[in-house]
Amino acid sequence: MSAPRPSVLLAGAVRSGARSAVDVVQEHLAAIDAGDDRVHAFNLVMADQARTRAAEVDRIVAGGDDPGPLAGVPVALKDNLCTRGVPTTCSSRILDGWRPPYDATVVTRLERAGAVVVGKTNMDEFAMGSSTETSAFGPTRNPHDPGRVPGGSSGGSAAAVAAGFVPLALGSDTGGSIRQPAALCGVVGMKPTYGTVSRYGLVAFASSLDQVGPIATTVADAALLFDVIGGHDPCDSTSLNRPTPRVLSVLDDGVAGLTVGVLTELLDGADPDVAARVHQAAEALSAAGARVEEASVPEVTLGLSAYYLIAPGEASSNLARYDGVRYGLRVEAEDTVAMNTATRSAGFGPEVKRRIMLGTYVLSAGYMDAYYNQALRVRTRIIQGFDKAYRRCDVLLGPTAPTTAFPLGAKTGDPLTMYLSDVCTIPSNLAGHPAISVPFGPGDDGLPVGVQLLGPALTEGTLVRAAAVVEAAAPILDPPALATGARS
Amino acid sequence: MSTPDRITRADVAHVADLARLDLTEEELDLFTHQLAQVLDHAADVASLDLVGVEPTAHAMAVTNVLRPDELRPCLERDEVLGQAPSVEDHRFRVPRILGEAP
Repeated sequence: MSAPRPSVLLAGAVRSGARSAVDVVQEHLAAIDAGDDRVHAFNLVMADQARTRAAEVDRIVAGGDDPGPLAGVPVALKDNLCTRGVPTTCSSRILDGWRPPYDATVVTRLERAGAVVVGKTNMDEFAMGSSTETSAFGPTRNPHDPGRVPGGSSGGSAAAVAAGFVPLALGSDTGGSIRQPAALCGVVGMKPTYGTVSRYGLVAFASSLDQVGPIATTVADAALLFDVIGGHDPCDSTSLNRPTPRVLSVLDDGVAGLTVGVLTELLDGADPDVAARVHQAAEALSAAGARVEEASVPEVTLGLSAYYLIAPGEASSNLARYDGVRYGLRVEAEDTVAMNTATRSAGFGPEVKRRIMLGTYVLSAGYMDAYYNQALRVRTRIIQGFDKAYRRCDVLLGPTAPTTAFPLGAKTGDPLTMYLSDVCTIPSNLAGHPAISVPFGPGDDGLPVGVQLLGPALTEGTLVRAAAVVEAAAPILDPPALATGARS
Repeated sequence: MSTPDRITRADVAHVADLARLDLTEEELDLFTHQLAQVLDHAADVASLDLVGVEPTAHAMAVTNVLRPDELRPCLERDEVLGQAPSVEDHRFRVPRILGEAP
């Protein structure tokens, strides 16, 4: 068995000269042009830059050199990744007009691998949200059903891949923002181990949790993209200075001999059709030779509460920099404090304001011990709980999200209900562990279900092996109604 | 640990001031309600007895990351200043600071 790898093949065709990068890019730009007015996956399509860059890739091939493992492959970037000279908005008014003076490390690495960046994707404002509805530029729609959300916060990236606009995209995952939209859009999304992918040039939300990762149509493509972007970066002081797992090469190694634990706490809140898919994925792993058993990490039930104290705390500090002085929006006022206040009040949307205030409150005198420090102790307990489970299990399995994609507007009036969409993904962020979401057929409503594989730090290789087995056994999902791209 | 008192409208107004956010009366009401909801949900964390458990600020502890103190290129000054809303003499320009004569 060999897992499908469309981007690997596409890059192979460009590297061998069988296809031109310009043609490949043109084809994808045409798909975006034909479909993105209905999906709104992109904040910005960089058509001219992409064509220029593709022509460069073709020249490298013509000159007898190798442009790299992603030669000519179109990639979309979540709009919180800095691109030199190209607007980077975080889907917020407060970064109006900003053109970063440098590229994120992951962008540099993509280009060194021969990839072609075709645009910047829509997201929840500053990645705060689970539906892409907090974007200042309007929501992205789920390519499987335009009345439903794509998930979030990397909803634009997941929708762009699902719609066939691009084979690969980057997202960022602070509490599930890669995996949950990947699940809701029927694509693969991976949150790598904290510190394996550089955060240099990723606009900060919650620095101890944020991690950049791949979104792709297949596990193999996600593995390839992880191999390209991973590795130590001296520009990020939290980057791990030790070997990062290379994962594409172990993809087809199978799961014989591995122990997979079905994590009961993640199943408890899931819809019955979602839970049934998780059990079906467990059977597939068992049939492929893994030992499957029940696993329990009771501490993860505290994850949501701890996360919504820690992440807003870090965000309130990180977002203090948007003061109208050095970049982005400024609303003039007669003195500096009034200018700062007018700028922030006009520039941030309601969800960002809510989280800044929540974070400021839990860090303020008198409350810090009861809330923030207490949440950090819960974080310790969650890590200990996982450690215990991983003494028996190599991999844990659960749903990525408790439900399939929900209708636009269904949860915008009630922040707490929206936050509950992240309940299955948050524990991995708190622990710094890797996790991957794999599409596993439709739910009862016909919409995509994602199953999630979790592992201890730096076990991306094991995760993609298990993910490839799950992928091969996945029930057929109807192609997205709004797809205009060829999903090879 | 005991759960702190419920967040009040006055607390929210104070926090908004600290965070340099100007809220309307309606926003104050709405945010007071919504923040209270989230903090109520967090009561399970606030009420746990975790005495003796070390807090984790960072899951993958990396400490004392240093590099040799050598000159290397930094961002282009003009490109950086070019992003600012207002600049004077290669510096960021802001309105008067509170209390200063104009």
